[in-house]
Amino acid sequence: MAKVIIIDDEFLARSMVKEYLKKHPQLEIMAECSDGFEGLKAIQEHEPDLIFLDIQMPKISGFEMLELVENPPAVIFATAFDEYAIKAFEAHAIDYLLKPFDQERFDKAITKFMAQNRPAATESTKALLNDAQLPGSNSRIVVKNGSKIKIIPVQEVLYLEAADDFVKIFTKEGYYLKNKTMSFFESFLPADMFVRSHRSFIVNIQEITRIDPYEKDGHVAILKNGAKINVSRNGYGKLKGVLGL
Amino acid sequence: MPSPLSTKRFLFYLILGWIVLVIAQVLIFNRLFTFPLKITITDSLISITMLLLASLLVLNITKYYLPTSYQYAGIIASSLVLSLLWLLITNSFLKIIFDSQVAYLGFLHNSLVIRFTFAFLLLTIVTTASILWYNWQERQKESQRKSDVEALSREAELFKLRQQLQPHFLFNSLNSINALIGLDPQQARKMVQQLSDFLRGTLKKEESQMVTLEEEISYLNLYLEIEKVRFGNRLQTRIDIREGCKLALLPTLLLQPIVENAIKFGLYDTTGQTLITISCHLDQHELVIIVSNPYDPETSVPKKGTGFGLSSIKRRLYLLFARNDLLITNAKDTIFETIVKIPQ
Repeated sequence: MAKVIIIDDEFLARSMVKEYLKKHPQLEIMAECSDGFEGLKAIQEHEPDLIFLDIQMPKISGFEMLELVENPPAVIFATAFDEYAIKAFEAHAIDYLLKPFDQERFDKAITKFMAQNRPAATESTKALLNDAQLPGSNSRIVVKNGSKIKIIPVQEVLYLEAADDFVKIFTKEGYYLKNKTMSFFESFLPADMFVRSHRSFIVNIQEITRIDPYEKDGHVAILKNGAKINVSRNGYGKLKGVLGL
Repeated sequence: MPSPLSTKRFLFYLILGWIVLVIAQVLIFNRLFTFPLKITITDSLISITMLLLASLLVLNITKYYLPTSYQYAGIIASSLVLSLLWLLITNSFLKIIFDSQVAYLGFLHNSLVIRFTFAFLLLTIVTTASILWYNWQERQKESQRKSDVEALSREAELFKLRQQLQPHFLFNSLNSINALIGLDPQQARKMVQQLSDFLRGTLKKEESQMVTLEEEISYLNLYLEIEKVRFGNRLQTRIDIREGCKLALLPTLLLQPIVENAIKFGLYDTTGQTLITISCHLDQHELVIIVSNPYDPETSVPKKGTGFGLSSIKRRLYLLFARNDLLITNAKDTIFETIVKIPQ
């Protein structure tokens, strides 16, 4: 028996999936959710093997919700029209259903899911989420704070620091961890606001008060809150360009 | 390009000029120099007619060869050559005709410089006028072509802006119908009907056509019915139309994209029920439509000015009314308002 969760904000869209699932008794529906908050809770509670996921949903998108899942299961996306998302799905061999879809197409997706093992599914889901081409609002970052979901507008981000497999996102209230790469954030964040000043740092240029020389040929940026950010030689060049020095 | 000769007025002036000059020359030669009438008339007719022919020649040449800029040297040179030619011909003719009139021949010989100067001045004026005329024509045509191109591209742009039917809406509606076919075939059939009526509405209308608010609202209701099937209880709407504005006019298909935007913004920025209100009233000579939706000021940052997908509507209003202040947005507490004014 494989566990399934359906996440879509439209009732009829969920009932469509439910109807097609009747032909697959080996799949058990654990929960039906109408937004990402409910979805995340249900995923943590039921630890499903497969999620049917809509992209456009209230408050947080399907992608943003998925980013908060530590060990994502296999996902079959269901979307009406999203050419950029589809490009990303194809690049990472993620299955997707274009609404409206029929039973035949649905059965194919199920067959493909059954043939795949769990670790491989997790890997491709993670790779998809780290694809900077994935469409999304680059005006905010969605993070998890304990069991609560927090949406941080990017202008409230002071800087980002690499920490092993995670990225620390610093705000006035403290930092949040997110399981993403620095290069993802470098291309995700608006380039006129954020600069990758160092291999391990991305800084919000509006927060910089001054840049001091540091050691041999490095620099250090001092932020309004006193934080010191490493600036490499390459990063110094980029900062000078953006700040117009 | 039409030659100035094709305009009646120009032709009339040319002939009038010819008559006036002939008469003037006859009078001057007859009264001042007391030559017999026969001689003066012959001289005048030959000189002035030849001058007329030279003018016509100039007019025809400038038709095919128009100096790119005002090349004064060219104009003067061509007038000089033509005047000399004219002098040579008229002089020869007159000499042949009056070879026995010694007094007249003497006079003719003495007046060569005056005649030449006169012909030169006249031909210069004709050439310049002709060039100016053709240039003006050219410019007229140019500006006509330009305004034609502008009108065309404006139409095309309006068409494109209006045609921006959201594929999301269409495919999601089809998906809902697909689900309803299994759950409630009756409802599915109804929704197919509504969707067809809605799509037909987007197809048949002209870009710049004005419709009454009443018509636009009934079209909007069609759209809202479909969205309510999709979103169920989550979507609530309230339409409030003040007395006297039902017959106010607005560009067709303007309201629906604004409401669609409000619904998308409202539904995707909040969980739970979303109330969209649409209220219309007349303010002096403007129809004012206010569409409001709830939003979460903490997580969405409304951009200054418009934003939120309203730029194409703003552009459309600009193309139709040449005004940039007809669409404004307003965020207060948790309500986002889109306000459109339509001059009546």
